[in-house]
This record gives sequence, structure tokens and C-alpha cells, in this order.
Amino acid sequence: MRKLLILVGALFVVHVALLFVRPSGAAQPPAAGDALDIGIVFDVGGRGDKSFNDGAYNGAERAAKELGARVRFVEPGDGSDREAGLRLLAAEGVDLVIGVGFIFTDDLTQLAREYPNTRFAGVDYSVGSDKDGKVILPPANLAALKFREEEGSYLVGSLAALVSKSKKVGFVGGMNFPLIQKFEAGYIAGVQHVCPKCTVVSQYAGVTPEAFRNPGKGKELALSQYQQGVDVIFHASGSTGLGVFEAARQTGHLAIGVDADQYAEAPGYILTSMVKGVDAAVFDAIKRTKENTFKGGIYQFGLAEQGVGYVYDEHNKALIPAAVRAQLEQIRAEIIAGRIKVPSSR
Amino acid sequence: MMALAFLTQTLRIAIPYLFAAAGGVMTERVGIIGLTLEGYMLGGAFGAAVGSLATGNPWIGLAAGALGGLVFALLYGLGAIRFRADQVVVGIAVNLLAIGLTRVLLRFLYDSSSNSPRVPGFNVTSSGSGFGALAQNPLVWMGFLALPLVAWILYRTPLGLRIRAVGEHPAAAISLGVPVTRVRWTAVALSGILAGLGGAYLALDQHQFTDQMTALRGFIALAATIFGRWDPKRVALACLLFAAAETLQIHLQGVGAFPSQFVEMIPYVLTIVALAGVVGRAVPPAALGRAPE
Repeated sequence: MRKLLILVGALFVVHVALLFVRPSGAAQPPAAGDALDIGIVFDVGGRGDKSFNDGAYNGAERAAKELGARVRFVEPGDGSDREAGLRLLAAEGVDLVIGVGFIFTDDLTQLAREYPNTRFAGVDYSVGSDKDGKVILPPANLAALKFREEEGSYLVGSLAALVSKSKKVGFVGGMNFPLIQKFEAGYIAGVQHVCPKCTVVSQYAGVTPEAFRNPGKGKELALSQYQQGVDVIFHASGSTGLGVFEAARQTGHLAIGVDADQYAEAPGYILTSMVKGVDAAVFDAIKRTKENTFKGGIYQFGLAEQGVGYVYDEHNKALIPAAVRAQLEQIRAEIIAGRIKVPSSR
Repeated sequence: MMALAFLTQTLRIAIPYLFAAAGGVMTERVGIIGLTLEGYMLGGAFGAAVGSLATGNPWIGLAAGALGGLVFALLYGLGAIRFRADQVVVGIAVNLLAIGLTRVLLRFLYDSSSNSPRVPGFNVTSSGSGFGALAQNPLVWMGFLALPLVAWILYRTPLGLRIRAVGEHPAAAISLGVPVTRVRWTAVALSGILAGLGGAYLALDQHQFTDQMTALRGFIALAATIFGRWDPKRVALACLLFAAAETLQIHLQGVGAFPSQFVEMIPYVLTIVALAGVVGRAVPPAALGRAPE
């Protein structure tokens, strides 16, 4: 009996602790009226990751300011809370529910069917295909916001190869699966476009989602690459990449950030960042909702749409010579014009 | 040069395992399952980040890391010793609490649920194989001393004798007048401090705390404890072996000859092989996991 009480007590404490893992905004139910109500559920990493989730957050904040949207954020504690977060928002009748991260794909598809009158959007939603390779479209009230990460990765790959003195560049991925392999494929193709003789050392931190939050492993991978003569590393690995930056700082080499401008993580050691316009995509989806032009389907954001790109500003100007910059802009134009085909898988 | 680099990397990866496995031996030898090493490490990493950030002094960060591990050890002790609850159940709760609580506090203190600001650590510069950087880090030396310290306590002090007695036959220990409860508390507290230091190493080496940054290292350390058959010497070797497997995995991946999923499983396969009795039968402390009558 006593054991049982302790057990219940312990679980209760855990439960209460996890309840706090949500931003204060989530506490208020949406007020009635015809104002625009938006709900966002974050991925692993959550708010303050200075990357992916913060991109969605910034897009939503902009929508709140410019469009008068009321945005509620839900930060799931762990795995199973994700679906519950989406469902909570859908059941309360917000106008648009956004899931940030590929991991919401299945939950969003199911909820979009259950709530046909609610609009859904999934950042990095992974579109499946059937046996014959035909694309399975998401439900009509679900917008898949996808990025052509391979195009941005191609550009930073070219940059890495042009800047590298050792003609050896590296890639550190988080979880080894198709979404991240897209970054790798574009990066390698970009390196080889400008420097066929360059070698790319490509490694992953693991095969489970934990591989996105293991900075210790990221640091070891990067240290061993720098040791082998690699002098620029591009990471696509969430907070594991913070370890890559730490290794760059410790050994005095260069690294390339991902998703958002990560210059501030290791000033002076970040060559550039392959940025993904998550904020713009989220803002766009909210805007369409407000203007009543929201439609389900697949939205692709590539170089042409400025959905991906690389950072070039006063911080990293010194690291990128003018001739290199010109060559990169040339490559960018050729990709947009379709003269360069960028592979999206290995 | 290559061999030295391999060795250096192995030692670097082994440090958190050595700390946590020292804690693992301590707690398991007194009869309390080391399921919570992961939680202690996470608490230690968080404590170290907060302490080092608040004072700018990594030594105070280190002490705060030990304290962070100790806090979760005391919580585990409260359930497992004071209330004699099922250790597996309490252990899981403590680990979950560590994940949730560090995240809540992270958000509360630094307004981010994912990472802390940059933390002052022991500054090392590295070139070549990185061996110099390794030797400059005082935590590395402490890591090497953790298991010898535990061996000394267990085999050379009265406290160690009592710990082993309580872990093997608590009823006999009680009849000899050993304060069983106090001995269990002491061992669990020491275990928390040791594993907490392992977490502190991670945070200070990374100059940052990130959400769930221990990435299941506590469970690898527990596997090393069992693989090493609860004997500090063998456990130290087990930690080095696991670290070497991880290093090998990093290097084989660079070669690209194997699919990474295959290379990834090497440490786990080693653990299973070890548990299957290939290296001799593993006999745990007799009273492991049971509350004394």
C-alpha cells in the first residue's frame, strides 16, 4: 500500500514537472470572436533552439504583429505528447494548426482527416509515395511546407570547397535518414561542382532522434574530421552541431551552420549558415489563412522562392573573398534557371 | 600519430563513462540498482552549467555538478531506501524527472528549452592529436581516478566492507550491528556525486548545457558496470572498451566501407555478447534490487 502511494506520488511529481514544459502563452484558451487564432506545436529542441523552432516562432510573432493573429505555442514534453498537443489545438477550434518538424507527418495527416474544417500545416512534412512511386497528396486541408535543402546545401558545399585549403571538407549529419541525406547529397554535389578533386568526409551522429541532441558526439566526430585534415565542416544535426562548433573553436577551424544564422554560437569560426526560411513559410501560411486563400497541397521553398540560402553579411564577409562570392551567385543563378540539377538523395 | 589520435579520442569518450560507472559500482555494490545514473549525469551537467555561469569559475561549476547529481541521488534514495519502493519504478521516475526538471529550469533561468548560454570551462587548446588538450583538462585526471577511488573505498576502508556486506547479505549485516540504512544512503549519495561529475565533464567540455545532452551515456555506464562484473578494475576496462568501440565506429564511418547503422551497433552487440556469458558468468551482488527485511 505504502509502495503504491510512493509510486503514485513520484509519478505525480513527474507529471506536474512536465506540465510546466510549455510557454506561458499556452495557458490561455482562445477568446471568442473572429480574430485569427493560430496554434503551433514545436519539435524536439523546442523554443530557444536558435534554429528551426525559433524560425517558426519568429514567423508566428511577425504574424501576430502584422496580421493581428493570436498565436498559441505548445511545447511537447516528449514523444507521445506531440499528437496530444495538435489535438488539443484542433479541438479548441483554432483556425490553423502548425506542426513544426517532419516528426508530425503522421499525426497531422490523421488529424486533418478527423477535423476536415480545421486548417493544418506541417513544416518539413514528408510526403509519401505509393508502390508505383506516385506521390500521395496530403489531405485537402493540410499544407505541406517543404524546403529544397539540397539547393542551399549545394551552395554551401561549393563555398566550403572554394575556401578549403586542404581540399578536404566534412559533413556531420544528425539522424541518418532521407531528410538529412538530402543535405548531404546537395552538399557533396556542390563540392564536386567546383572542385572535382576535393574529398568529402561524411558522418552521422546516429540512427535515432537522440542523434539530434548529442553535442558530445558531434564534437568527437568533428575533432576526428579536423584531425584527418578536413578544414571546413557543414553540420545538419540540431544541437549535436553545437559540438561541431565547439570543436571548430578548440582547433581553430571553420564550420557551417544550418537552418538559422548560427554565427553567434562561435563568432569567427562560422563560415556561413545554410538558412531555411521557416519563418517566411510559417508567416505565409498564416497570411493565407487570414486572407482565406489557404489551400492544402505541397509547397516547395527553394532558392528561387528564397526559401533556402546562405548567410553573407558583415560578420563573415572577411572569410569569403569577393571572387568566391561572385562564383556562388553565378551558381545560384544557374540552379534557379535549371541549368544545374541538384540531387536530393545519395 | 594516427594511433595516438585514436587513443586520445578513446580516452576522451571514456571520461564520462568512467565517472558514471564509478557511481554505478558504488550503488550496485550496496544493493541498489544503478538505473538512475543517466538522471544523475543530467543533473550534474545542468548543475555544472548553472554553477559555472553564475560564478564564472569552472571549479565552482564542478562542485555544483556534483551537487546536481547528489540531488537526484537523494530523491532516488528517498524512494528506494526511505520508502523501500520498487527500485526500477522509482529509478524510471527519477530519470524522467531529471529530463523534465532540467528543461523547466533551463527555460526559467535562460529562456530556452534547448540550450544554456556559453559556460566558462577549463580552457584547453588543441593541436595535432589532441593529447595535449586532454592532459590540460583537470577533469580528465579526476575521471581516471574515479574508479581507483571507489576500489580503495570498497576494499580498503571499513565503510567499503560495510557496503559490500549490505549488498551481499543485509540480514547478516544487521545482526552484526551495521547501520544498514545509513550505509545505503552513503553509497547512493557517493554514486550521485560521481555520476554528477561525469555529467559536469560533458557540460564543461561542451561549454554549454543542452537538453538531454547526456544522450543515454548513463545506461552505457550501467552496462559497463555489469559487463565489468561490479569489479572496479574490470569496469574501468569495460568503459575503455566501450569508448574504443565508439571511436572505432567514428573512424569506420569515415572510411565509408560499412553502413553506419551496422557500425552504430558495435557497442551494444559487445554488451549483449558480454551479458550472454562469453567472458564468464556475471554474478551480481546478492541483495541487488531488494530492500532489506
